[in-house]
Amino acid sequence: MRSRSSYQQQQERGFFFNVDWAIIFVYLALCTIGLLNIHSAVYDDKHPSFFDLSTDYGKQLIYIIVGSVVAIFILLLESRFFSALAPVFYGITVVLLMLVLVVGRNVGGNQAWISLGGGFRLQPSELAKLTTCLLLARYLSGTNIRITDPKSFMISLAIIGFPMVLIMLQPDAGSTLVFSSLIFVLYREGLSPYFLILEGLFITLFVLTLKLNNTAYIIGALIIIAIIIVWFTRRNKKILPVIATGLGICIAFVFCVHFIYTSVLKPHQKVRIDIVLGITTDIKGKGYNVNQSKIAIGSGKLWGRGYMQGTQTKYSFVPEQGTDFIFCTVGEEWGFAGATVVLGLYLFLLLRIIRVAERQRSTFTRVYAYGVASVIFFHVIINIGMTIGIVPSIGIPLPLISYGGSSLLSFTIMLFILVKLDSNRMGIV
Amino acid sequence: MNSFFERRYVIAGIFISLIVILLARLFYMQIIDDRYLLYAQTNALHKVYKNPARGPILDRNNKILVQNEAFYDIMVTPNLVKPFDTASFCKLLGIDKPEFDKRFEKAKKYSPRLQSPFEKQLSAEAFAAIQERLSEFPGFDASPRYLRTYPDSVAAQFLGYISEVNDKDIEKSGGYYHLGDFIGVTGVERSYENVLRGRRGVEVDLVDSRSRFKGHYANGAYDTAQVAGERLISSLDLRIQKLGEQLMHNKVGSIVAIEPSTGEILCYVSSPTYNPNLLVGHERGNNAAELYKDPYKPFFVRPIQATYPPGSSFKPLSALIAMQEGIITPQTTYNCPGYYWSGNHRVNCFHGEVHGVVNLASAVAESCNGYFSWVFDRLMNYNGAKQTASTFTNWRGNVAKFGLGSRLGLDMPSEGKGNLPTAAHYDKIYHTGGWRSSTVVSLAIGQGELLATPLQLANIEATIANHGFYYKPHLIKGIGDKEIIKPEYRVRNYVGIDSQYFEPVINGMQAVVDHGTAVGSKISGIVMCGKTGTAQNPHGEDHSVFVAYAPRENPKIAIAVIVENSGQGATWAAPIASFIVEKYLRDSITSRPNGMTPEYIMNANRLPALENYYQGPKLTLPPAHKDTAKHKSDSAEKKAAIGSGRKKGKSKYSTSAYQLERSEDEEQK
Repeated sequence: MRSRSSYQQQQERGFFFNVDWAIIFVYLALCTIGLLNIHSAVYDDKHPSFFDLSTDYGKQLIYIIVGSVVAIFILLLESRFFSALAPVFYGITVVLLMLVLVVGRNVGGNQAWISLGGGFRLQPSELAKLTTCLLLARYLSGTNIRITDPKSFMISLAIIGFPMVLIMLQPDAGSTLVFSSLIFVLYREGLSPYFLILEGLFITLFVLTLKLNNTAYIIGALIIIAIIIVWFTRRNKKILPVIATGLGICIAFVFCVHFIYTSVLKPHQKVRIDIVLGITTDIKGKGYNVNQSKIAIGSGKLWGRGYMQGTQTKYSFVPEQGTDFIFCTVGEEWGFAGATVVLGLYLFLLLRIIRVAERQRSTFTRVYAYGVASVIFFHVIINIGMTIGIVPSIGIPLPLISYGGSSLLSFTIMLFILVKLDSNRMGIV
Repeated sequence: MNSFFERRYVIAGIFISLIVILLARLFYMQIIDDRYLLYAQTNALHKVYKNPARGPILDRNNKILVQNEAFYDIMVTPNLVKPFDTASFCKLLGIDKPEFDKRFEKAKKYSPRLQSPFEKQLSAEAFAAIQERLSEFPGFDASPRYLRTYPDSVAAQFLGYISEVNDKDIEKSGGYYHLGDFIGVTGVERSYENVLRGRRGVEVDLVDSRSRFKGHYANGAYDTAQVAGERLISSLDLRIQKLGEQLMHNKVGSIVAIEPSTGEILCYVSSPTYNPNLLVGHERGNNAAELYKDPYKPFFVRPIQATYPPGSSFKPLSALIAMQEGIITPQTTYNCPGYYWSGNHRVNCFHGEVHGVVNLASAVAESCNGYFSWVFDRLMNYNGAKQTASTFTNWRGNVAKFGLGSRLGLDMPSEGKGNLPTAAHYDKIYHTGGWRSSTVVSLAIGQGELLATPLQLANIEATIANHGFYYKPHLIKGIGDKEIIKPEYRVRNYVGIDSQYFEPVINGMQAVVDHGTAVGSKISGIVMCGKTGTAQNPHGEDHSVFVAYAPRENPKIAIAVIVENSGQGATWAAPIASFIVEKYLRDSITSRPNGMTPEYIMNANRLPALENYYQGPKLTLPPAHKDTAKHKSDSAEKKAAIGSGRKKGKSKYSTSAYQLERSEDEEQK
């Protein structure tokens, strides 16, 4: 009784007292780190002020302010609103993704932007991550929906896959792959762990097939691995068909990838994939970026070279340093210590989101929370992995740190919808 | 609540492990691996080398022999060029439109955003006319550089030349030299390279990814200033050097004059010579090629590389050794019938002239072959005919003390040794014990296998003038502002002849000029002691040789003159020597008893006919040094591309098509 009254008290004091301050704190910390590093990365003597709107850091500051306003606005909304309107948002996104293919501005080879006038432009693929999470959450929270049902599973895959196809047409491989991270959500909701393993295998096989360009070796290796697994699990008769099926799927997948790559894709498309996967080392293109990026990060040593002191950063050796390669500045100027802090903040954020997810009564919020965590996780791993050269360079931003309004706003909205939903966790959504 | 609740740990586990993998990789890159910091520095730090001015070289009276003069390269940065009046620009540079287009295309091809030379090495005067109008043409500017110039165009073989370093030089220097640096290749430029080159300065700049200057690294803490090369004071006297070169014009041969009291070389003429200015500037390659084709080989440094039989100029030395060995006294007489029979070997006096009774002085004065052959025979048989070999070796040792048969250690590269035969040499030809005094008697009169460089001959005269010792001959008498002199140049080298033996020989040598073979070259008022020589030349007319020193009391100059293929010493070499001596002692030239004038000699052409001109060791034109021409690049381009993956190695200049030959001296090393 007593606890109930205290709960009521809390409710009466307003939702601001129910928000998860830890997430908000990490959010602000990451935004600040981003702003400082963008300042350092794109700083030029002519525009020293933070508030100079002609510079990227000036613009980023505006995005952060706009983001905060949007965040507060979201917190003021009714929780039910997101669940109810999820299909509408998703629909709008799909329309925008189609629109961008027709009227989009071509930036850096990707037709991903819709110009909004005044130098601002919208990247619908950023929005798609959010709306897909919302719709997936809405669908999976429906009654009698079990991911283990083939039908439900197929619908879930369709929700995720549709925007992927549209984004792939831009073509924006990086953003497309982000959606594959939603497998974590499906796994959490009951999808067989084999799918998780299979997806890991698919990604590995996709890269290996194209990199080695030798299907015989890969298939040989797969068969040997399968035999070893069978040998070690020979007492468990049930697992044998699973492995046999998995092996068959894998081999089929390898052939498919190889066939599409060699026979369906046109040469210029192949070149792009080659560069993304680092098969062709274009030293003046992506290879140059990654090399310079590694130099920048590696030269940071333990404590970094100091704010605005990194020569790689200051003298623009790394292109796209404000956006995709912002982590170079972190690594160079703040060293291993700074990099650890940033990664630590991300890890804390992810684990916090999982914790938040698991304390929900509402399936919608839980699924959505896992969606947010998956997307952020994927961005962090791929982006930082790319800057240190262990992941092929795929142009996706570092959440909340990279320069860019669309990306910042979309992550802000994602997180604050979660905060909003969480603040209302005791209520029924 | 949910049957899959525990799966949160799997997902959290995956998140944690992948982030830990990233951290592990970061730890390796940032903490363990040190390469990246180095690469970052190579990226952003750009060393700009400041080349110091090369030291000038002066003559003994501080007249400039070589100095540095500013030349101007007109540079173009294609990206900065805005539309302009091409016609007036072409007129300014004196080129036509197609040439302009060609050069502009080349510059653009090299790099649109970096400077490259458009017009090279304009002289200061030519540049002055362009300078004021250059600002009308954005994208074009001037960059000065310093080149060697020779105001009087003299002493080319002494000064030598500099050239861009090749890969071998860089390797040998242990990385001191960089591509595009200059190094002394011959002459003083080579032997005093370490002094002349100065010390290079370095400035460590910060540059951005486009190589644009962004400031000094660490506020210049690692910068060093360049130190200009030391100035060298040479011992040459510009006046007589110039006169010597004029006198030797159209002749093959050399003049070497030494100040006996110091060993300083006053005159160092190698003829034919060339204008050293030809080896500077953008015509250098072609000029060098032309000079190499010259059959008279102007690059052959005759004062130290050419060797001649000394002929009669050797006789004073012969007499000195005989006296020291106690074979003769000044009063010993010999009755010359115009020839001398040494065993069955007949030695004729010149033109079979009968000298009658001669003593030492008159034998020297009249250049009596008979007397010296007789003396030599007596010397060789002093210990009995069976002991010829050991007696010869003893005699050879005495001759060698005068510096014959070995290098005098001149401060120049590529000095020759001449030839002083050994007993072993004759043993080999005639079998041991199979030769006698008569076999080698021609050595007595400076013929046979005996060969000496003009420097060695002049040094013998300096020794006679000093009555028995010489200072190591040298061409540089002072290094730097303090005019430091090497201590070895202050050491007297004694030749093992007691000083009292010199007077009789000197009497004879004075007589040579006063009333002997060189009487026509007597200088009124100056007592010159000399000796004519006629060096046998198996390839054509004999070489005219004259050695002398003057004045007799307190000698100031010792000289050796050789004019190839010009007959007797008295006809060409002696007058040349007398003019040099008089010019040096008096700074003017009076008339000669035989009416010879410097102008007459200057205008005379004594170049030997090519068909019977012995061309000596073959000098070859080496192939163009491709690497040097190719890699020569502006220091702004030397940015190492390590780590960045971008390679830059394009040529900016290709100044010389020919790398001048160095093999001749390298053979000797």
